[in-house]
Amino acid sequence: MRLFLAQFRRELLIALRSGTDAASPLVFFVLATVLLGLGAGGALGLGVIWVLALFANVLAVEGVFRRDHDDGTLEQLLIHARPLFPTIVGKLCAHWMLSGVPVAMLSPGAAWMLTGATAGAGILVLTLTMGTLALTLLGAIGAALTVATGRGGLLVAILVLPFYVPVLIFGANASTAAMQGAPTAFPILALAALLAGCLTAAPFAVGKALAISQEY
Amino acid sequence: MIGLYLVGGMLIATGSIWGLGFVPPERLQGNSVRILFIHAPAAHLAEAIYVTIAIAGFVFLVWRMKMADMLIQAAAPIGLVVTVVALATGIIWGIPTWGTGWVWDARTVSTLLLAFLFFGLVALRQAIGRPERASRAIALLALVGVVNIPIIKYSVEWFTTLHQPPSIEIGKRPAIAPVFLWPLAVNVLGFYCFVAGVVIAALRARIVEREAGAQWVRDWVRAS
Repeated sequence: MRLFLAQFRRELLIALRSGTDAASPLVFFVLATVLLGLGAGGALGLGVIWVLALFANVLAVEGVFRRDHDDGTLEQLLIHARPLFPTIVGKLCAHWMLSGVPVAMLSPGAAWMLTGATAGAGILVLTLTMGTLALTLLGAIGAALTVATGRGGLLVAILVLPFYVPVLIFGANASTAAMQGAPTAFPILALAALLAGCLTAAPFAVGKALAISQEY
Repeated sequence: MIGLYLVGGMLIATGSIWGLGFVPPERLQGNSVRILFIHAPAAHLAEAIYVTIAIAGFVFLVWRMKMADMLIQAAAPIGLVVTVVALATGIIWGIPTWGTGWVWDARTVSTLLLAFLFFGLVALRQAIGRPERASRAIALLALVGVVNIPIIKYSVEWFTTLHQPPSIEIGKRPAIAPVFLWPLAVNVLGFYCFVAGVVIAALRARIVEREAGAQWVRDWVRAS
């Protein structure tokens, strides 16, 4: 827990002090919402909010290890004899606090802009908050695999977007059902189950991928 | 290897001629059912190749056998081609029978995502460049992928049972009559043999490529 908190604090501090980097995912999300509204012109479902959040997520998570890789911090983390698990979870949670959570908080506004509906806003925020954490954990696997190649970007998107599908399905389903007043318990619980699975399994895969990437 | 090509080619020829020429038209779908003899083997094979790759990935990560990595390298592009064949024939078959080439059901979506997974395996290897590091990253990616395939499949299945009228399943999975089953079985076997031959040929090319500096390769090149 101490390792988790230390890493979490460190990442948040770095992100906040480096200025606009921290706000980029959120700005991208808003900008994409505007473009979608202009291009498609209303009459959209809540599913598109999920797709936008997903794209914002994959664009943000792609570089989550880049800075640490460039200045050698990553290598130092890996050669410590301490367990890697809390460090990785702390790092990714901090990343999620700055990319996923703000997007989730702003999503009812985006939903209102695109669909004109405000029903189900609470469910949308709840599912996006859970969903973006699961996405960040999954996406970090792709980011870790490609960090040493110096070319993430599209490659990370291609690698991890197929894995995002279950989260998208349950999240979009819960949001749409909430907007229509249908029962939402099952998709929300399924999403929570996915999150629990990601939270326990993905950090190991990330750790393994980072170890592979740092072995020259 | 030549034997596998021959056996596979003969079986595919037998099964296809049997299926296309001698099987009676199906009661509901008419002649369009004949694409089954290409579509089903390709779809089966696509998943089988991915499972093979994942097992090879596990073998490589645990025991560091170079052969397992070369198998992944050889099989991934072939798997991509087979998956595309399965998707294309599925779309062609879907247009006359379902009235639409594409439906968002579990099988079609998971097969399409399988194509992206194969593509990712190929793309990641090219991006990393250095073979020894690429091999471990790809083995890990293959393992992560194989954990995800059932999750993707079941999530889409649940999603579609809620949203799609089951009528679309008409004729999709009937209990197949023996008259269709036999040529299909022959073709499945033929596809397996033929693709195994192609994978082994590609694997041999990889082995020679990686061991290019070794003495036995030089001797072999000189002898042949």
